[in-house]
Amino acid sequence: MSLKEIQDPPPVSPEHPRGVAGGAKSTSADRSRAAGAGPAWLVVTKWGLIGLTLVVLAVVVQKLIEQGAWVGVVIAAFVAMCVLAVYGTGRSVPMKYLLPGLALLVGLQIWPIAYTVGTSFTNLGDGHLISKQESIDSIVANSVREVPNAPRYLLSVAVRQGSDPTTGEAFYLLTGPSGKTLLGDKSGLSDLPAADVEKAGNGRIIRAAGYQILTAIQVNARKDLNEFAVPTTAGAGIKRVGLAEAFQGKANVSYDKVSDTLLDSATHKTYVPRRASWVPKDGQGDAFPQGWKESVGLRNFSNVLTNDTLRSGFLKIFGWNVVFAVVSVVSTFVLGMLLALLLNDARLRGRALYRSMLILPYALPVFVTALVWSSMFNQDYGLINKLLHLNIDWLGDPWAAKAAILITNLWLGFPYMFIVCTGALQSIPGDVLEAAKIDGASAFRTMRSVIMPLLLVAVGPLLIASFAFNFNNFGLIFLLTGGGPFQDSNTSVGSSDLLITYAYRLAFSGVSPNYGLAATVSIFIFLIVGLMSYEGFRRTKSLEEVN
Amino acid sequence: MSSFNDALPLAISHTAQKGESARPRQGSFGRLWWRHGLATLALVWSLFPIVFIISAALNPSGTLSTAELLPKNVSLINFDALFSDTARPYLTWYKNSMIIAGSGALASVFIGSCAAYAFSRMRFTGRRPGLFALLLLQMFPALLAFVALYVTFVAVGDVLPAFGINTSAGLIVAYLGGAMGANVWLLKGYFDTVPRELDEAAKVDGASHARIFFTMTLRLVMPILVTVFMLSFVGLFGEFLLASIFLRDVDSQTLGVGLWSMVSLTGNSDRNKYFGQFCAGAMLASLPVVLLYLGFQKQLVGGLTQGSVK
Repeated sequence: MSLKEIQDPPPVSPEHPRGVAGGAKSTSADRSRAAGAGPAWLVVTKWGLIGLTLVVLAVVVQKLIEQGAWVGVVIAAFVAMCVLAVYGTGRSVPMKYLLPGLALLVGLQIWPIAYTVGTSFTNLGDGHLISKQESIDSIVANSVREVPNAPRYLLSVAVRQGSDPTTGEAFYLLTGPSGKTLLGDKSGLSDLPAADVEKAGNGRIIRAAGYQILTAIQVNARKDLNEFAVPTTAGAGIKRVGLAEAFQGKANVSYDKVSDTLLDSATHKTYVPRRASWVPKDGQGDAFPQGWKESVGLRNFSNVLTNDTLRSGFLKIFGWNVVFAVVSVVSTFVLGMLLALLLNDARLRGRALYRSMLILPYALPVFVTALVWSSMFNQDYGLINKLLHLNIDWLGDPWAAKAAILITNLWLGFPYMFIVCTGALQSIPGDVLEAAKIDGASAFRTMRSVIMPLLLVAVGPLLIASFAFNFNNFGLIFLLTGGGPFQDSNTSVGSSDLLITYAYRLAFSGVSPNYGLAATVSIFIFLIVGLMSYEGFRRTKSLEEVN
Repeated sequence: MSSFNDALPLAISHTAQKGESARPRQGSFGRLWWRHGLATLALVWSLFPIVFIISAALNPSGTLSTAELLPKNVSLINFDALFSDTARPYLTWYKNSMIIAGSGALASVFIGSCAAYAFSRMRFTGRRPGLFALLLLQMFPALLAFVALYVTFVAVGDVLPAFGINTSAGLIVAYLGGAMGANVWLLKGYFDTVPRELDEAAKVDGASHARIFFTMTLRLVMPILVTVFMLSFVGLFGEFLLASIFLRDVDSQTLGVGLWSMVSLTGNSDRNKYFGQFCAGAMLASLPVVLLYLGFQKQLVGGLTQGSVK
């Protein structure tokens, strides 16, 4: 590599003609020249854009401070500093071009990968989404029952003016029996001056300065309000009942910090923490649905590798996944190459028309074609069975489903290979073929010894990329078979599942989403695809030619 | 196999012996009929699902069970149903898809070409490792990190509701994470073919790097920009996984998510019932991409082969 670097053409860096060796003196000279060189409007535009970015970031920081998201504040401030350092000075010209892409890359590709790795060591999933303290708060708030003879309040639910009605922090605007107006939030009750509000005939608040009152539909859409209670004195809280009323209630469940247990005063049951959930101490009855997120170490990984159901499912999916990717690449490549050879004759009339028609399958969006093929494979009404007079349950039989997927993917993928092979064939120099002819090579011999090697060198990296793509071809499987058909013995693993559709189902559907396990499966996919592709690229040596 | 045997002499005679190949025209069809035959067979294979979509869209009975390869009657009743269905706002989906794919593709072309300019024209520490790291990152498809992206954007939505879950803007930003890595190799390959002497000359004339990039280089590499725009547009237009996770409200959905919900959400009976309407929608949804492909076919083939097949 170092040799390559030396042989590179001399560095051309527009602002630093003398390269890195220019030293401090030339850098400052360049900077003053750069600042003085452009016309005034350019300089103004540049600083205007920098200023605009900083202002936007400042607004974001302010919102983050309001929410108390200190990590976010640090990140935003760091981005602002980077913008100023890179675009405000001439320190690093390449960075001026790389920063936008780099920032997005770090934020949206590298961070999610890091997060996925982190999640795989936790039990994050349905019922385990919140911290332990939040689970205690939620259980306590949920156990609130109305205190006998306590006053009822008239209620309007509101958010702060300007924040999102669907997610913004909720405020309860309350009118007591005596007509007193109160403001309740997650920290407690406070007075709401009567001058700031406007009341309806029954006393309910219909307008309040600085707040936006939610409509009935918006209130119903907010599931978080069911667990929301405005804390008042001595373990009691004000809870919503219906759309326009609230009552004062007292929590039945209390948390004991010393013994780390929850006590239900109504049933006299004690709950202890076990495997990230609150379970009854005596083992009788159900645990609370609110568990918490905690680190489980390598349990997800060992589960995938040792749990019999998971492991056999994983291996089965993995085997089919490899077969699917290999067969897809080979079949599309062979068909695409044959068609490219077929049409690679300048005397063939209507060649352009043939080509346009042949790439049409590639031009249709995958969601259209996959869904249409899925309909064509319908056993009762589908076109395939009708035209061929068959009665195959394409999507219900495990083997037929696999065949259906491979047929569909051949149809979807051959135009790409056709395009690429056409390009590669056209770029084979004529004199090579001429030389082969002069040497007396037969057509078949020329094909085998001249064209094929040149073609494979050219499209080799694309075949590897295509393999990596098909290995994770989520859209096709999800839209065509949904991973199915599912066998009775194991409903979590479909016959045509790829690892990625399996991970998707683990994380997002089914009865109990388990992000932690899904993240673990994702990491296995990372490793498999990465290793295979690296090996492939290494073999084709395509990486070494980069300068 | 016969295609192999015959392909070569013909190609050679064409390239090497131009004078000799000026033979009487009528003879060529006689020798090429088998090519036409096989090509027609290939056309049948590649076109019959498309014919099926079109005929199902025009078939007035509008169900899967009555769909034929060639319909007996033709009507636009499915299109009427499509546009008047208030529970499935097709035109809103269409608008969302065009906005998301269009602006996402524009932004990713810009980000990608900025990065390619730096990688192609400048020498800096970490250039080669950076290029390889980008290649390696492509092996880890972004969609594997969907859980993390979802959680991240839920958090972003708390602070900036305009970029949260259920918004087009949020989805576009999520797509842009891969903008630099996905196309930088293709773009850099093409940027490398623009002679450096041009940059040198402009620099001698006193042009800054930004001026060279925006007014000269970008114009010279226009063909690859068109290719990359098309590839990005088509990719984003057809993207399904992230869109289905991000866009939960029916009004914020894209064509892919919406059409999918039309035929597969509530089982087989609905799939049958809405099939004509679905095909009408699918046909219209395919139009922008098909037109792009047919219009820019040359650039596409040229760009793909220039950038990667070298």
